Amino acid sequence: MPIHEKHLIRPENLSTHDNLVIDGVDVSGDWSTFIKARVVTDYNEQIEEEISALPGGEFIHRCWQCGSCTNSCTVNALNSDFNPRYWIYLIRMGFEAELVRDKDLVWQCVSCNKCTYACPRDVFPEGVMKATAHWLELKGHTVKSPSTQFDEEFSSQVFRTGKIEDGRVLLGFFRRSGQSLFQPWLVVMIKKMIRGLPLVWLTKMGWSALFHPRTRGWGPAGAAIQEYAREQEHKHLAAVRGGHPEAMFDPAK
Amino acid sequence: MDKKTAYKKVAYYPGCALEGTGHAYNKSTRAVGKKLGLELEEVKNWNCCGAMEVKNIDPKIQTYLSSRVMSIAANEMGHSVVMAPCNGCYHNLKKAEYDLAHDEGSREVTERLSSKAGHTTYEAGQVETIHALDWIKDAIGEEELAARVKNSLNGLKIANYYGCMYTRPRHIFPEKDSGPGSESTSAPHFMDDLLAAAGAENVDFALKTACCGGAHTLSDADTSTKLVANILIAAEEAGAEVIATECPTCHTGLEMHQIRAETNFGIKTNVKVMYFTQLLGIALGLSPRKVGLQENVSDGRAALKARQIG
Ligand code: SF4
Ligand code: SF4
Repeated sequence: MPIHEKHLIRPENLSTHDNLVIDGVDVSGDWSTFIKARVVTDYNEQIEEEISALPGGEFIHRCWQCGSCTNSCTVNALNSDFNPRYWIYLIRMGFEAELVRDKDLVWQCVSCNKCTYACPRDVFPEGVMKATAHWLELKGHTVKSPSTQFDEEFSSQVFRTGKIEDGRVLLGFFRRSGQSLFQPWLVVMIKKMIRGLPLVWLTKMGWSALFHPRTRGWGPAGAAIQEYAREQEHKHLAAVRGGHPEAMFDPAK
Repeated sequence: MDKKTAYKKVAYYPGCALEGTGHAYNKSTRAVGKKLGLELEEVKNWNCCGAMEVKNIDPKIQTYLSSRVMSIAANEMGHSVVMAPCNGCYHNLKKAEYDLAHDEGSREVTERLSSKAGHTTYEAGQVETIHALDWIKDAIGEEELAARVKNSLNGLKIANYYGCMYTRPRHIFPEKDSGPGSESTSAPHFMDDLLAAAGAENVDFALKTACCGGAHTLSDADTSTKLVANILIAAEEAGAEVIATECPTCHTGLEMHQIRAETNFGIKTNVKVMYFTQLLGIALGLSPRKVGLQENVSDGRAALKARQIG
């Protein structure tokens, strides 16, 4: 039959035959395209429980699939495959394989909270996106995303010294993610910055790159946070069956 | 105490960004406060609010980090109001306040970390956290501000950009959407009001609370560039000469991705980016240097000159 909604179906789920005869009737041409029959058998009904045990995922069970999150979503407007409502559906149904197809998209949530603003059920979809991205990494479905690498660089600096410094985070992140510092836009940006900043300020920034500013007496607070963070990391790993220890965050690194 | 009196002298929490790329925001906020006779006392020995990044690692650690700042302001300095000009800091202190008032688990973790760190645990309700916009709007107001203007902004066309963290999610801002005089979470207007009082003409700008992609400004730079390009183009199409900002992350994001949109995508825009405190400072008679205008990557001095401002 001719399928009018073809654009909604993934190419691999369609089958088209140039010459096809069914029961003696030639159905070549428009009538030769079929949607493949599929039976899902590989449910993983634990996904919802695992994701709701991670920070941000707590309220996923409240979702009634209205679609307001996807409708309001900043990233969805740039890429319609970024679909929070659909992912929540897959998680609650246990369609792991289908969710894993989008493993390298989920982390792109920019935390704008438009979804949280729009959601009528207090699901906090922004949190669900973070928990899902975290779950995909802990489960070993994907490597640590650039966003996770950035969060880890930033947080470990805060845990160590109580503060962050833009320059140090930038350098640390580029090192962690193996990127070159010599990006054309960055060169233009830094040139323009140097032009305008007062000399004393530049000196101070250079100085603080060597001697990191820190919150006075931060030691005990930093140690307490690291200890707590480690406990949480172990808890999260334990919540995900077959979790990969290398996906955990080591706050001391 | 009414807000006008309560906001005359407040605890000031600049946060990490204002000591780095947001230096001009720090400088202009302090200068405008001084000019208006408002007093800022910096929170002693403050720490990072936790930002988006620590929240992603563990939201309760972020709550603790923000609570420490509020605890120092309240218990060591005796303040009842903390003013944070950075949307991220402002948002996080508000979020910590909400979590500590509503979530037992957050209270327990904050208590544990505070006692190990050796300071008084912050109790919800000890301070009120406000943004620099609330501060000027409520301590001074449009009428008084207009009366103090020395250099009118002469009809300079401004697109007011508030970003995400100032209004979303709604539940951490109970004072917004609460009747006359309050800020709106869907169509914020405090910055519009102040800049109009200083003589600017606010353009009809649809992307006031759009996202600049600040969370992934480096980790997913192409997405951020596309989001920022939308904002810049929409502002230009609305006729804006300047985009006014009230957050160091948004501000730096707009400046950085304006460059990146041109180098990486060939999208060129000319609209300038300035902190609202820089614009107010100039209107109040401060020199461009005093408000750090020369530090902006997007250099708007010519745009002001063209309108004979200052
Ligand atoms: S917070 Fe994430 S999922 Fe929600 S609207 Fe923004 S980008 Fe989309
Ligand atoms: S807006 Fe809320 S209830 Fe609606 S689909 Fe999204 S998460 Fe579910």
